[in-house]
Amino acid sequence: MVEGRVLIPGNAEGRFLRLQAPISLWGGIDPVSGVVIDPRHPDYGVSIGGAVLAMPGAVGSSSSSAVMLELLREGNAPSAILMASADAILAIGILVSLELGYPTCPVLEVELSALDGTPQGTLLRVTSEGRVISP
Amino acid sequence: MTLHLTTEERAFLAGDHGEAVSLAMRILVSAAELLGAQALVRITSAHIDGCLHHGDGGVEFAEKLVATGGRVAVPTTLNVGALDLLHPDTVRADPSKLAMARRQMDAYVSIGAEPTFTCAPYQVGHQPAFGEQVAWGESNAIAFANSVLGARTERYGDFLDACCALAGRAPLHGLHIGQNRQATVVVDATNVPDALKDQDVFYPVLGSWLGLEVGREVSVIIGLPSTVSRDQLKALGASAASTGAVALFHVAGVTPEAPNLDAVVGETQSVDRIKLTADMVKGALKRLSTADTVERIDAVAVGSPHFSITEFEALLTLVRGRRMAVPFYACTARATLQELEVRGNDLLQLQEAGVEIIADTCVVVTPILRESGGVLMTNSGKFAHYAPSNTGYEVVYGSLEDCVESAVTGLVTRTEAIWSW
Repeated sequence: MVEGRVLIPGNAEGRFLRLQAPISLWGGIDPVSGVVIDPRHPDYGVSIGGAVLAMPGAVGSSSSSAVMLELLREGNAPSAILMASADAILAIGILVSLELGYPTCPVLEVELSALDGTPQGTLLRVTSEGRVISP
Repeated sequence: MTLHLTTEERAFLAGDHGEAVSLAMRILVSAAELLGAQALVRITSAHIDGCLHHGDGGVEFAEKLVATGGRVAVPTTLNVGALDLLHPDTVRADPSKLAMARRQMDAYVSIGAEPTFTCAPYQVGHQPAFGEQVAWGESNAIAFANSVLGARTERYGDFLDACCALAGRAPLHGLHIGQNRQATVVVDATNVPDALKDQDVFYPVLGSWLGLEVGREVSVIIGLPSTVSRDQLKALGASAASTGAVALFHVAGVTPEAPNLDAVVGETQSVDRIKLTADMVKGALKRLSTADTVERIDAVAVGSPHFSITEFEALLTLVRGRRMAVPFYACTARATLQELEVRGNDLLQLQEAGVEIIADTCVVVTPILRESGGVLMTNSGKFAHYAPSNTGYEVVYGSLEDCVESAVTGLVTRTEAIWSW
């Protein structure tokens, strides 16, 4: 079990997907399909929809808030996000989604090295108290 | 650590000043808590990046602000949209998408923001004074406001920029606080030949290297000439904010917070020192082009950030009486275009040479370039960075002179000699 700081609370479940490099959602993820579209990214072609997504580093472009909102509206957002350091830009997209009546996506700030032993694709549950467990 | 709100701010939150302000405050307060801010800071202006259409959620948010009676609380300018409203046939997209992009731009105008539609608001009269607290979006504008004007903003993105404008507040954190504006990296450009440092073409390359090297850190560059121009600093910052998350850089003896090195390097703080070498500069130059060996180009784009009137003057000198063989796009603010129109003959001569002027938007954020794809030449580090993923075009980087010479023949012409040292 891993514990993190709750940035956006919520309960969620999904397959573990750890991105191999930081990504800017804008220019990096298709806002409708949730697929990685940056040809220079090591996870090019992978879909982040429904995953418990571990993201190394902070993400760049400030338009990423808008992409996060679109992913939530389209139903192709990750089911939860685990980040190494708090990032307001992603979180703002989720806050706006909630204001507009669309789904949320829990976000935790966690030490990603604690997930080093977790294989990609493992089913994980994120709890509103900030725990990541294998159900 | 808890966020302290004033009585007035609590009233905003409670809805005493309307639902739009309350909504803005809810988002602002959540963001401030997330960022670890202990208070909000009053701002004197805002620049909203959020009027570019990425999807219909952005339209819905903006129209919700309108429907709930939102009004900006401080003077606010708007960044580019997805349309050239002055030249409606410029952007290729299906009618429903064009309509939504238009609604998003209109909504922000309806809440009282100025329809500037430019990524360079500092060129059209929006110039906060030294030390002013502001909330700006758009990475190059943020870097310019902080670095060149000495105003104070953090990196604000879509939605939060608008919330700050409505509330007239921003989370008090990061670069809003003086001590966080000290440099942690010293970049020594003394070894770079003066002849190169005099050229505009050097600055996007320096910026591109800087962004990759320092990421989010605040840097100070020493060894640049005191004559470095506003347009050169603009190009440096835009490029650094593309490859990295640079929101503030100092140039010793040039930018307002750094009359000298000591002013921005604290005595107790440890700093990294990097001496700029020929290999670093040449590496950054090479990285700006994705198609280094091609012979032909299919288009040229300049004006990222938006072209200034000074840059148009330089372009005019180069193109007068000549004729471009490939499409040549110059992106600018509608206010700058109006300045050109007043001069009459200047605009005519640019058009006669085949320069197509794009206003309110630019060629890497919306479909303007011909669908055929190919090779795009540019003098902009920012275009060079974003064009491959956003437009599918390969990129060749060169000076403005190189761009014009290449556009006239359709063949890549670049002055390589200045890079040898």
